Amino acid sequence: MRITLNGREEILKDGTTLTELVSLKQLNIGEVIVVYNHQLAKKESWPNIVLKENDGLEFLRFVGGG
Amino acid sequence: MRDVLMIGGKEVTSRLFLGTGKFSSHRLIPEVIRACGSQVVTVALRRIDPEYEEENIVSYVPGECILMPNTSGARNAEEAVRIARVARAAGCGNWVKIEVIADNRYLLPDNYETVRATEILAAEGFVVLPYMSPDLITAKKLVEAGAAAVMPLGSPIGSNRGLRTRELIRILIEEIPLPIIVDAGIGRPSEAAEAMEMGAAAVLVNTAIATAGDPVAMGRAFGLAVEAGRLAYLAGPGKTHEYARASSPLTGFLRD
Repeated sequence: MRITLNGREEILKDGTTLTELVSLKQLNIGEVIVVYNHQLAKKESWPNIVLKENDGLEFLRFVGGG
Repeated sequence: MRDVLMIGGKEVTSRLFLGTGKFSSHRLIPEVIRACGSQVVTVALRRIDPEYEEENIVSYVPGECILMPNTSGARNAEEAVRIARVARAAGCGNWVKIEVIADNRYLLPDNYETVRATEILAAEGFVVLPYMSPDLITAKKLVEAGAAAVMPLGSPIGSNRGLRTRELIRILIEEIPLPIIVDAGIGRPSEAAEAMEMGAAAVLVNTAIATAGDPVAMGRAFGLAVEAGRLAYLAGPGKTHEYARASSPLTGFLRD
């Protein structure tokens, strides 16, 4: 299936959960902020979110800024 | 007399707000915060670049600080609102610095979109501190929109050029019944002190501290300057005069 992650199209295997995608990207779960189809997805919900065709995701984090 | 700065119902202990961008190492941040005494600290929200491993900035900010995420990257009110909502939902508290910029050369804020974003977010219970080009009419609209403070720029972001908008900031201080916080452009402690002497409620400094030869020492210098400037404002500076006015008595000279 195709999804959009941080503005880029990606192909994922069917049935991939949000938790699996975060670990696939080797990201630190503690600091990733996920916006899933324009809504913030709380960490507790990640294992239950099974990604589907055309989903839009943003993986964000807090960085230094003024 | 206790001199207290209240913003969004919170007592703010330091009138120096600190930005966390451009530090050569995140490890400097807690040291700088200790040295300058800042309580309000800004952060930004960005897409993760898996190619570039960066640590979580929030873990470097002491827990007692008030985190103020900015909406940098937003080009209109809707984007600013979206960033603010994500930051709050991610546990960053309800303070937000509105920053809406559509000009890449001078990074000047879009005052119209800033007012719109302020109105929406204040209605949602955010403590909204909008960054703006110093303009009295916009500032009045920000008051009506529910801003908790107004943050005019001294000169373009990161330029270290000081209080180029001095006269316009003076008018805001005089006319606007909210704390005026000079944000952007302050390059030296003397400029921070000057803003405070003029009656600014606080200043927000980032580049001048983060890119100094010794950021920790510069943080301390800014902390002292802001305190000195505030004290001077409260003390009430004497009048200025065109000609000399002798400080020693002009009578009873010792002469032959």
